[in-house]
Amino acid sequence: MDYLTIIQILDSMLRLSAPLIFACLAGLFSERSGIFDIGLEGKMLASAFFSAAMAAATGSVWLGLMAGLTASMILAAIHGVASITFQGNQLISGVAINFLASGMTALIGQNWFRLGGRTPSLSGDSRFLPIDFPFTESIGKIPIVGPIYSDLLSGHTILVYIALITVPVTWWLLFRTRFGLRLRAVGENPEAVDTGGVSVSFLRYRAVLICGLLCGLGGAYLATGMAAGFIRDMTAGKGFIALAALIFAKWRPGYALYACLLFGLLEAIAIRYQNITIEGFGTIPVQFMQALPYILTIVILAGLVGKAIPPKAGGEPYIKER
Amino acid sequence: MMTSTEQHDRAAPMIELRGITKSFGSVQANKNIHLKVSKGSIHGIVGENGAGKSTLMSILYGFYKSDSGEIYINGELTNITDSHKAIEAGIGMVHQHFKLVENFTVLENVILGTENNFLITPALNNARVLLSKLASAYSLEVNPDALIEDLSVGHQQRVEILKALYRQADILILDEPTGVLTPAEANHLFDILKNLSNEGKTIILITHKLREIMAVTDTVSVMRRGEMTTTLQTSETNPQELAELMVGRSVLLRVEKEATEVGAKSLEVENLTVTDKRGVTTLKSISFHVRKGEILGIAGVAGNGQTELLEALGGITPAAGRMKINGEEIPLNGVGSDARSKRENGVSHVPEDRQKLGLILDFFAWENIAFGYHHKDEFNMNRFLMHNQKIRKIARSEMVKFDIRPPSPGTLAKNFSGGNQQKIVLARELEQNPKVLIVGQPTRGVDIGAIEFIHQKIIDLRNMGAAILLVSVELDEIFSLSDRVAVLFDGKIIGERITEKTNESELGLLMAGIEDDSETDSLVTRKATE
Repeated sequence: MDYLTIIQILDSMLRLSAPLIFACLAGLFSERSGIFDIGLEGKMLASAFFSAAMAAATGSVWLGLMAGLTASMILAAIHGVASITFQGNQLISGVAINFLASGMTALIGQNWFRLGGRTPSLSGDSRFLPIDFPFTESIGKIPIVGPIYSDLLSGHTILVYIALITVPVTWWLLFRTRFGLRLRAVGENPEAVDTGGVSVSFLRYRAVLICGLLCGLGGAYLATGMAAGFIRDMTAGKGFIALAALIFAKWRPGYALYACLLFGLLEAIAIRYQNITIEGFGTIPVQFMQALPYILTIVILAGLVGKAIPPKAGGEPYIKER
Repeated sequence: MMTSTEQHDRAAPMIELRGITKSFGSVQANKNIHLKVSKGSIHGIVGENGAGKSTLMSILYGFYKSDSGEIYINGELTNITDSHKAIEAGIGMVHQHFKLVENFTVLENVILGTENNFLITPALNNARVLLSKLASAYSLEVNPDALIEDLSVGHQQRVEILKALYRQADILILDEPTGVLTPAEANHLFDILKNLSNEGKTIILITHKLREIMAVTDTVSVMRRGEMTTTLQTSETNPQELAELMVGRSVLLRVEKEATEVGAKSLEVENLTVTDKRGVTTLKSISFHVRKGEILGIAGVAGNGQTELLEALGGITPAAGRMKINGEEIPLNGVGSDARSKRENGVSHVPEDRQKLGLILDFFAWENIAFGYHHKDEFNMNRFLMHNQKIRKIARSEMVKFDIRPPSPGTLAKNFSGGNQQKIVLARELEQNPKVLIVGQPTRGVDIGAIEFIHQKIIDLRNMGAAILLVSVELDEIFSLSDRVAVLFDGKIIGERITEKTNESELGLLMAGIEDDSETDSLVTRKATE
């Protein structure tokens, strides 16, 4: 394996991690506020569809992005109303959103485009295109450092860079601002926030909407950045992998980045090497490599990787006693 | 010229409640409450559980909204719709169950809700400075960078007080503040409260401990069944009168207890050792015995091994050591050490946490009365079917006998008040005529009327010749029930006394972990003579 191959694998790792990073941070905001959200998948899917549909119809990827964000945030608001205002079961609400998104996108897609649930292929301005950094030609020639700049970091769509920037921004919001302090508190002990004179519901709604926003970015990236159009159920469990990454990351933004990069790396390796042959052991079939992120998800969700303590008030609707 | 009394009357009270009424469904928690508290005073509110004290204070703090009535703060009509308004009006509250974020630092908890800025660093710095000032002014020392979960309960309470002071509260409400404190910590708290009132802060203290009312308050109000019945000057009343006002009839604060012939050793425990899941030894090889017709009280500050002792003897957690009932050994771990075997050997267990271990709250009273003994013939028709009709009948008669209200077996356990829930557990266990009764915190959260009843039932069982192990953190209870007292400290029995030959200060020293050897005794006497 030469150096350039490694750079190429890392390059596709970044590309494949971006939607996971968005979804994982989305889950982080929601769960840190005490609202469990297994509907990340559904929100991404809805955003993927509506962004692709809008982009296809108008030819503008930015209008597409707006449509995707709107769809995702509407679903987030539904989850918020169900679990905050009506104090319903957050898991059931999340499952409902996943089903709703999966069924709705396929149905509307078929009705609008008659392509078996797909949207038309996107090209040109109706997609997010790679951004090339300046001077890639010349800097790329510098050994070792050059390829990192021109092949690894350069040449992604704007959303990949936004995903990477969202990580430190999330950290800063959580640990340096009033909003973050209250958000972390409301997920641990909402009574402390309530008796402190701060509205629990308003805080949680804001968190859930941020979650919708970030899922929307992730979904739009899938359909208009990574791929060129929407395919039925194209999220393929990324929302759940992001949840696993969130647990793996112990609900911390920095670790969340590493966890998502790990999942992205596994995926990148599976794409790069169809069959991996190991001397004296035999061949690892491609199916196993493709299944690896999902296997790792199960392992993490089964609690086999260390002890992860979720926000204490997570999953519980806030009801003033008696 | 005005006389001083006239002047006093003309000054508006710091807090005035007029006609506060609040209902939860069909239950009227507060009925037309009027109350005046003058500035700089410490005002006590006493009442039985469910009398409406906490509800009233939650209304004052904006946690609940009253159905009708007005609140005047410093003479001004104040509409307290939420806690934010209460904080603005200068009211701070220390809740019975602390409202702290456990994995936050002290500073983060203190500023939460009052950050005053989008970024939290300035508030954190401010709070650090202010906290050190308050710490020295009121001896409220606490490490500002410690996590709440690492602090003792006493220190967590200090954080709650600091939170209120940081918000510049002029009025401080404390709801049952000493329930979780050692006697020394409680005294320290009272010193702090007196200091604060000298500084002009107005303090409302809610408690059911009359001793505390007498020790620290200037005025006291009594609540009964949602009504504010009386307000008195503390100096002009006494505990007996307050207790009578609380219950509405005169009560015996000490249960009459005649001496009994103590018999042979009924419960013997040798070298009982409990190690928890984390590998920490919580009970360190303790030994004791209880004779027939005797009550052994286990005193101590909560968390010194009481729970482990109860659960080991009740067959809930495995332990090392030996346990004998009437000379016959019962295993403490492995086969035959489970709760059912203990029961079959005549050991009844009234657990300290009745809601978790004593009852299934979502089950009916009659079901709860059969639990643990449901395999017995009296509850079953044959090998497969339970005799539900019969269980209901038994349950009804037991409920009448134990004065459980309402005496309806078809009511869910969770719909009974704390005292009646406890009576359901007691009815179940006592009706089995146990040889040995292990009972933990029998009257925690129970009102005075029910306390008296429960105490009488325990005494009756003792008079019938049972051996009783009473674990309680209430010294009053230990004194009124037990024949002998052993004090648990740090998982060991640090001292043992005959109840009649000791006093609260002596037990208090033992509870604080001060070993009873002659040295300390002489020290105390020397100090007393000086």
